[in-house]
Amino acid sequence: MMQWETVIGLEVHVQLATRSKIFSGASTAFGAEPNSQACAVDLGMPGVLPVLNESAVAMAVQFGLGIDAEIPEVSIFDRKNYFYPDLPKGYQTSQMYHPIVGPGEVEITLDDGETKRIRVHHAHLEEDAGKSLHEDFHGMTGVDLNRAGTPLLEIVSEPDMRSAKEAAAYLKAIHSIVTYLGISDGNMAEGSMRCDVNVSVRPKGQEAFGTRAEIKNVNSFRFVERAIAFEVERQVELLEDGGKVVQETRLYDPDADETRSMRTKEEANDYRYFPCPDLLPVVLDDAYVDHLRTSLPELPAEKRARFQSELGLSAYDAGVLSATRAMADFFEGVKDVCGDAKLAANWVQGEFAGRLNKEGLDIASSPVSATQLGELVARVKDETINGKAAKQVFAALWDGEGDSADAIIEAKGLKQVTDTGAIEAMIDQVIADSPVQVAQYRDAEPDKRGKMIGYFVGQVMKASRGTANPQQVNGLLKEKLDALC
Amino acid sequence: MHDMTLTELARALEAGEFTSRQLTESLLERIEHLDGELNSFISVTAEQALAAADAADDARTRGEAGPLTGLPLALKDIFCTEGVKTSCGSKMLDNFIAPYDANVVEKLKAAGTVSLGKTNMDEFAMGSSNENSHYGPVKNPWDLSAVPGGSSGGSAAAVAAGLVPAALGTDTGGSIRQPAAFCGITGLKPTYGRVSRYGMVAYASSLDQAGPMARTAEDCALLLSAIAGHDLRDSTSVARGVPDYRAELGTSLSGLKIGLPKEYFGDGLDPAVESAIREAVKVYESLGATVQEVSLPHTHHAIPAYYVIAPAEASSNLSRYDGVRFGHRCDAPKDLEDLYKRSRAEGFGDEVKRRILIGTHTLSEGFFDAYYKKAQQVRRLIRQDFMDAFEEVDVLMGPSTPTPAFDLGANKDPVSMYLQDIYTIAINLAGIPGISVPAGNVDGRPVGLQILGPHFAESQLLNVAHQFQQVTDWHQQRPAFGKENA
Repeated sequence: MMQWETVIGLEVHVQLATRSKIFSGASTAFGAEPNSQACAVDLGMPGVLPVLNESAVAMAVQFGLGIDAEIPEVSIFDRKNYFYPDLPKGYQTSQMYHPIVGPGEVEITLDDGETKRIRVHHAHLEEDAGKSLHEDFHGMTGVDLNRAGTPLLEIVSEPDMRSAKEAAAYLKAIHSIVTYLGISDGNMAEGSMRCDVNVSVRPKGQEAFGTRAEIKNVNSFRFVERAIAFEVERQVELLEDGGKVVQETRLYDPDADETRSMRTKEEANDYRYFPCPDLLPVVLDDAYVDHLRTSLPELPAEKRARFQSELGLSAYDAGVLSATRAMADFFEGVKDVCGDAKLAANWVQGEFAGRLNKEGLDIASSPVSATQLGELVARVKDETINGKAAKQVFAALWDGEGDSADAIIEAKGLKQVTDTGAIEAMIDQVIADSPVQVAQYRDAEPDKRGKMIGYFVGQVMKASRGTANPQQVNGLLKEKLDALC
Repeated sequence: MHDMTLTELARALEAGEFTSRQLTESLLERIEHLDGELNSFISVTAEQALAAADAADDARTRGEAGPLTGLPLALKDIFCTEGVKTSCGSKMLDNFIAPYDANVVEKLKAAGTVSLGKTNMDEFAMGSSNENSHYGPVKNPWDLSAVPGGSSGGSAAAVAAGLVPAALGTDTGGSIRQPAAFCGITGLKPTYGRVSRYGMVAYASSLDQAGPMARTAEDCALLLSAIAGHDLRDSTSVARGVPDYRAELGTSLSGLKIGLPKEYFGDGLDPAVESAIREAVKVYESLGATVQEVSLPHTHHAIPAYYVIAPAEASSNLSRYDGVRFGHRCDAPKDLEDLYKRSRAEGFGDEVKRRILIGTHTLSEGFFDAYYKKAQQVRRLIRQDFMDAFEEVDVLMGPSTPTPAFDLGANKDPVSMYLQDIYTIAINLAGIPGISVPAGNVDGRPVGLQILGPHFAESQLLNVAHQFQQVTDWHQQRPAFGKENA
């Protein structure tokens, strides 16, 4: 059977976090009453003119610098002409021929810890359209222009991805770069980030690309993977049955988990691009770009590398903890307070992330602060409490039962017992109370005894209400039981 | 009063000879009597005008009058005026009440002027005869069987007929200068970027420019000082200080170097117009100027280049008129495509449709390089022609138009109409300023002398025009039309 290779390129639309629109002073806030955030410019009234928002330019350049891209001195806005009710001017102002960000590169990390570089062809600025609403209008269509004119950065990759997993990893990398830079809230549910996925397949070893299909407007990491998986299967089946892939636009339907044809390229619009005569070319001098360069924050790739080299974390841990700026900042906060990167990494990814996940919360709304968690981890590190007790303290902190780990440890009497005498007394009591188990232990083959010791440890821990140092309990128990053999 | 210049009126108002209200009432009455025949106004805003006149008189009483306070004028119906219909001469915008003022309208209001109304024009400023208006053609007050020129024909006819002392027009390929020439008034197209385009309904964005139309160069200077300047809402407006354009009006022309582009005196130029222009040039020689022939070798490419670039931009600018948010909407559309097709088919006139089709075609895939790109290259060459000429001479002079005003209905063929703008169109492509001043009369129809200067040379152009008007009286001649109402 023929081996197929998947080829994927992504066009990611990132909504920039400017306060006002790209060409007008209207607000970009999400969720306002329909058409309450559309001024004369957004409505495309006769005689109005666009004025470029400087902060959208700065954000686009920051992104370019963040992926080590060329920043051309001159970029130019073009008009993309087509009719649609939610496109008020009858054209979208975009950058067709001279984008603001030139070629760059994004490093992605795969599940096995391998990294791969995905080339970015360019990124350009453009305005978003409004929204057509088909419900509640009794067969008519409503138009909400609040979103019209919202600044978008469209990031166009080269066809460098070879699997759905790589595509999802790339999208995550873009997400993490833009959120690190603070140039987008990255909120996919609200449409702040969405992508068009170009997918084709070719026989393994063949150099020429296959015919591609473009899946429009996919708005979650998971959907990107699923849409590609479906599309690859569809194309391979088609080709193996002797058919041909048609170059077309498709839509991913998450409910049916399939892609469907929207229109073929033959019917596609001729957008009649030409330079927008209402806007001057954007000219960026070196001083401007350098200023933005020096004010860039540490980006995910640098952070990941530093977490490994300076903090000694594994590639996997470094990747997870640097995935979002919020996660990285939280981790570093915990680490700084407790002074142990590995312990901090375990706690942030384990108990903390697990609880967030369970409650469906993001880091910003966590009831436990990095400082509080750091103080808790510090008590684990200095062996004031053992791991089991620490989980209890964490739960109490989460539930607001105390302001600090120390207060909760004190109130609940969870301080770890490391006094050998006290532990020995508890062990002696447990051995005395468990003649049957002691007999079984004694009669067992020596190599089976290791497993059987768990029972005794459990009993001792129970007797100490979880405060005994488990390593000490283990060691002492073994000594005492073996002495009985 | 209707015969006076803005400058004279300003003096009379200051001297208390009459009030702005009296002046405004008198002109409104004159419009009422005469404009039925002329058709130079689309909307007369009498109520707002009288309120503005009263406010101006009050300001004068308080001692707060500026140089333009209380002066009446009219606005081409291409400028958005808050609360007033802004039709752009089109059925498409017949129902459009602008929700805001254009930048120039704001400035003129702030200066205390009194707008009498909105003047007639070729639909979306596309035309050279004012016959393309949804509101019917305008007549030339010098000869009611002649066109007033276009597209700012209403503004030119209203000033020439003494309905208003001055008006604003716009010029994309000659739309201020050609009607000014046909109607015997003075009209200035400023440097591209000198006056904000904000609130001016766009035809061809890289060429459109607003400017004053009045009886004298001095009046144009007065108005330009009020409307020029940088506007943050128009990225193509130029951040450059605005001089008092009247300050240079006394400068001697001794030593002025005048260039006569030989391409402006060739085939197609009416000999009577040519002799009037040559006479005018002699007047300049008598004022101490020297004259030499120059060449603008790419002149003959200007009309083709213009008719690629302007329709291309127009086809995109006019896409917003889709029947969805404002403007004409067809009855009972079946579906979206029907809404678009019928709203636009019904709302736009023939010339507008023609230019949208041309522009859509030239921007299409496979044609873009051959038309639009090539036209932009030609545009650079044309601009360079002027830059080269201004290395040798201070100003260029020639006829504003090849003939005096032609008869209504005489130019049925679109291309012969396009050729009317042969001397004006290159100026817009180059972005330089140009002024047309009255310089003769052929069989009762005025002749315009066009004077061109380098970018931002408005002060010099206005002075050169003004000096001519100090020693000639063409600008003082008035048509017989409306004289009995004096």
